Amino acid sequence: MRGRRWKKGLLSAALHLAAALLALWSCFPFLWMLSASAMHPGEASQFPPRLVPESPTLEHYRALMERLSVGRYFLNSLILAIGVSAVSLMVNSMAGFAFSKFSFRGKRALFSVLLSTMIIPGQVTMLPVFLLLKHLHLLNTYFGILVPGMASVLGIFLVKQYLDGLPDSLLEAARIDGAGNWAIYWRIVLPLARPILATLALFTFVGTWNDFLWPLVVMTREDMYTLPVALATLMGEHTPDVELMMTGSVLTVAPIVIVFLLLQRHYLRGIWMGGLRE
Amino acid sequence: MGQLSHRSRPEARAALLFAFPALFTLAVFFFLPVLAAFVMSLSDFDVYSLADFRRARFVLFGNYARLFHDPLFWKATLNTLYFVAVAGPVTILLALACSLLLNSERLRGAQFFRLAVFLPVVTNMVAVAIVWRYLYHPHFGLINYGLRILGLQPVDWLGDPRLAMPAIIVLAVWKNFGYHTLIFLAGLQTIPEDLYHAARIDGASWLQQQIHVTLPQLSRTVGFVALLTAIGYLQLFAEPYVMTQGGPLNATLSLVLYLYQQGFRWWRMGYSASIAFVLFALMLVAGSAQFLLRRAERL
Repeated sequence: MRGRRWKKGLLSAALHLAAALLALWSCFPFLWMLSASAMHPGEASQFPPRLVPESPTLEHYRALMERLSVGRYFLNSLILAIGVSAVSLMVNSMAGFAFSKFSFRGKRALFSVLLSTMIIPGQVTMLPVFLLLKHLHLLNTYFGILVPGMASVLGIFLVKQYLDGLPDSLLEAARIDGAGNWAIYWRIVLPLARPILATLALFTFVGTWNDFLWPLVVMTREDMYTLPVALATLMGEHTPDVELMMTGSVLTVAPIVIVFLLLQRHYLRGIWMGGLRE
Repeated sequence: MGQLSHRSRPEARAALLFAFPALFTLAVFFFLPVLAAFVMSLSDFDVYSLADFRRARFVLFGNYARLFHDPLFWKATLNTLYFVAVAGPVTILLALACSLLLNSERLRGAQFFRLAVFLPVVTNMVAVAIVWRYLYHPHFGLINYGLRILGLQPVDWLGDPRLAMPAIIVLAVWKNFGYHTLIFLAGLQTIPEDLYHAARIDGASWLQQQIHVTLPQLSRTVGFVALLTAIGYLQLFAEPYVMTQGGPLNATLSLVLYLYQQGFRWWRMGYSASIAFVLFALMLVAGSAQFLLRRAERL
């Protein structure tokens, strides 16, 4: 009897040890990034490597803000992430409402066409959209990222799916009270769909913030760089400045980590719902 | 399906009004560009055409024929397939093991561990690739320091053509396995407890339960995740862009990186468009392989 309990305890300890090692391997690069960002120049490039700064400093944060206008890139990223989330939420929820609660000829066919396009990779449409934006003088503007990101098939699909599950009686009652379509959308559909909209907004925010290839193509003027584009460019010029680069990485990663930790419930629901991804 | 009103024509008009912003955006920035990209891939659109579109001429399938004889294109294709073929299964197997671990009833603080493994997934690829580039540093990097402690020789991870791709694979697995782990965890929770109970009564060991109950029950989820992984990994770009620029000796040149260089560095946009369609074709192959496997399973 005693031996059995002992064995169980050992198993439990091994389990927790394995989980702890797993967590450490996932978080270690972030911990080192944070630590190196507070080191003095050159401190992260010595042998044997240091894990913690001898006397923590914020000089790199100051340098990035003052000398390398990272504040501007931060603002660009923030404006785009908020802008794309807000506008696409509106556009996708309107379309989801149309496909869920209205009947019209060819609805099913139109919706299947939309769904089937989800397999086409963004790299295919990238070249013509770039030329179109160039033609419209929208390169190096916020609109260059905002406008093509306004609608997404996945967003429409998720809203439609959610609204399909809601009874029509609520909408019918409002209609009998004389509410128009717009009032129904604004006052009934949007509040009811809040859970899915929160998840969608969060995914769009994180996805836009983290996007790299498209901003790299559209934003070629330095003052319009987003954080990831600026970071990749900075890497080319400041490769030996480990501490400076780690500071830039912290500024790029931290806002998303904070948003994720605060709103994890909504984010994880998106994952459960079937493969939502940035 | 219940509807808002039974007057069909005004209803259709209202529906179109609500759907219009989305449909218009998708048409202009998605449907038409797909067609335009295909037309571009049949032309010699280059830096001169950028100033004046009329300079581009049709070359029919000339770009695709050139790809066939372009050693760099083949290198990029093989590198990309190598990446997908190794990083994909490793990510999925690691995630399966992790989801079993984190699903254990005896584990306390499972919520914390789930968040920890998911952290790399939400963070920015560029930032993370920069961090890893320093971790891989041949002299000051912590990974080589770890090797030295274990009594092994330090290696030049990103400078050695044979090791650069494996180094990128390790980074990709680290970044992505948390996502797969969470999906598998969701799948594990839908398996009825009775099945394990029955297996235990039949005297099945823990390992036998996993092989005969968990795996078959999870096979659909695994198939779906495998497809998503293959499609995502085929688009490898930021990692080599930040860490190696495709080197050393083009060992980490990926298809998307090559497409980007051809299209936006050398402005050979017709040629670049043909690479994009090859990428698309590879994704379709992955998609139909998954479809066929599922059908074969059902037979």
